[in-house]
Amino acid sequence: MEEFFQQLTNGLAVGGIYALIALGYTMVYGVLKLINFAHGDLFTLGAYLGLTLLTSLGLSGHLGTVLGLIVLAIMVTGFVGIAGALLERAAYRPLRDSHRLSAVVSALGASIFLQNTIMLIYGAKNYVYPLDILPRTTLHIFGLPVPLVRILILTASLLLMAGLYLFIQKTRLGTAIRAAAIDQGAAKLMGINVNQVIMIVFLVGPGLGGVAGLMVGLYYGQVNFTMGWVYGLKAFTAAILGGIGNIPGAMVGGLLLGVIEALGAAYISIAWKDAIAFCVLIVILIVRPTGILGERVADKI
Amino acid sequence: MMNEKYKLFLYSAFALILATAPLYLNSYWVDVLNSVGLYAILALSLNIILGDAGLYNMGHAAFFAVGAYTAAYLNTQFGLPILWALPVSGIVAGIAGLLVARPVVHLRGDYLLIVTVGVGEILRIALINDVFGLTGGPNGIFGIDRPVLFGFKIRKPQEFFYLIWGFVAVTIFLFYRLKNSRFGRALDYLREDMTAAEGSGIDTGRYQLYAFMVGAAWAGMAGTLYASKMSIISPESFSFWESVLIFIIVILGGSGNIAGVLLGTFLIIGLPEAFRGFANARMWFFGLAMMLMMIFRTEGILPHRPRVFKSLDRQRP
Repeated sequence: MEEFFQQLTNGLAVGGIYALIALGYTMVYGVLKLINFAHGDLFTLGAYLGLTLLTSLGLSGHLGTVLGLIVLAIMVTGFVGIAGALLERAAYRPLRDSHRLSAVVSALGASIFLQNTIMLIYGAKNYVYPLDILPRTTLHIFGLPVPLVRILILTASLLLMAGLYLFIQKTRLGTAIRAAAIDQGAAKLMGINVNQVIMIVFLVGPGLGGVAGLMVGLYYGQVNFTMGWVYGLKAFTAAILGGIGNIPGAMVGGLLLGVIEALGAAYISIAWKDAIAFCVLIVILIVRPTGILGERVADKI
Repeated sequence: MMNEKYKLFLYSAFALILATAPLYLNSYWVDVLNSVGLYAILALSLNIILGDAGLYNMGHAAFFAVGAYTAAYLNTQFGLPILWALPVSGIVAGIAGLLVARPVVHLRGDYLLIVTVGVGEILRIALINDVFGLTGGPNGIFGIDRPVLFGFKIRKPQEFFYLIWGFVAVTIFLFYRLKNSRFGRALDYLREDMTAAEGSGIDTGRYQLYAFMVGAAWAGMAGTLYASKMSIISPESFSFWESVLIFIIVILGGSGNIAGVLLGTFLIIGLPEAFRGFANARMWFFGLAMMLMMIFRTEGILPHRPRVFKSLDRQRP
């Protein structure tokens, strides 16, 4: 029971991170119908920027841990969001009307480019986050031990998701994003500036991905420049699991995938941990390609 | 018609230069050409799936791995001569292709892409975990025999050059014939317009599956050649990155065009060798080049041209 509870909370913490990355995939896919392969590397960028800002500015020393981390998260969101918007402007906008495959290759190129930019700047070694930022205490809930870090990570990701959900559902800009996702042409006719909407999507999605990178750094204490691929692929799986293009779906999918993976690693085999997510992906695409909350996508044979 | 003659001359001149390459290149560059040849086989086989049938397969290294491991296992466990393993690994990889494609071939483009990525990763993890005790885990399989052709044992890079490029030549010939057959025309049709193809009585699902099987089988045979050349294979040779590389060769070279795919292989596998000095920044330039290429020359270097039939040519005034 205790083992199960440990894996469950671990899975929820990791799942929250997956969900934040998955939101970036799903928003971009919703508006542009493009898999943004560079999203995983923007996430890595967030992790590295977070580390640099954390060690060079000493924010938590000046402002206290809580306020310091919040300021740090806002800065990372801003920088990575700007990087995402620039990426869209440079690599995706010129290809918006050309063949889908061209955009996919451009996205792969962008991913290789970003990954190697990070490697050239920081070097190819692993980096370690300072360990004393988050309190390493363990709470006892109903007699079961839960590390406080997990609760903080999960809470932070849930708050961000709730904020995004309100933004998408309740504001004018959010409504414009939803309209552009349903039908770009019609949205244009209704006076929506679709280019601006896409820019906002590329600010918000990578911004959330960047915060997820910061969280991974704080949670695992270690980052390296290639980690974007694996996290990216898993988060994309989470987005499909929930139904791609669907924002609540990405949240549910992310949390679910995190829990499935943690439990699978514990009870099936740790060596197969990374394969579990991909098995889930294949099964869901064969059985229910629309995802849990998604629209119809597959064509019949 | 002049254009055709000019093309023929260009191709024969290129073939002649290539065929005599081992006479004036040192072993290192011959070895580079050997890798170019192996990637050319892989890229041509992916071209059937991606360029001709229009199925986004980004897990092609998986079939390459199935072929290589089948050949290595049969050779080291049962002593089957490595070139005899060629058809066997082709068949096994073809069956693997069928098993992968059958449930997912109907998925919309990007979904198929991500599923094939997933399949490739699962296979790689299975190889590392020594599934059923067949694959030798992270160390892989070693001590694979050198190929023996008509009693002649192939050892040196110069000798492998002729084995590999001979296979490339056979591949080009067969795939060229295939492209101009009923099968090739059906693939052209269904890639351009699935609904119209289906309306004209083409069993689109079946043709897509065939294309996937042929491509996978050919990649499996390339795996056999690779295993015999390296004499040791391990899971890291079949990473996700390999699949991406083959995918990029086909797209950048010009998907659907055999000459374009070959040119793409030379540029992407051969050219970086010339820039070994900038090892670190190489990939950075590569990513940048991919983006620029797609923005300024979307269809690839030598794009696929719609076929022109002779009878129509003659009717022109």
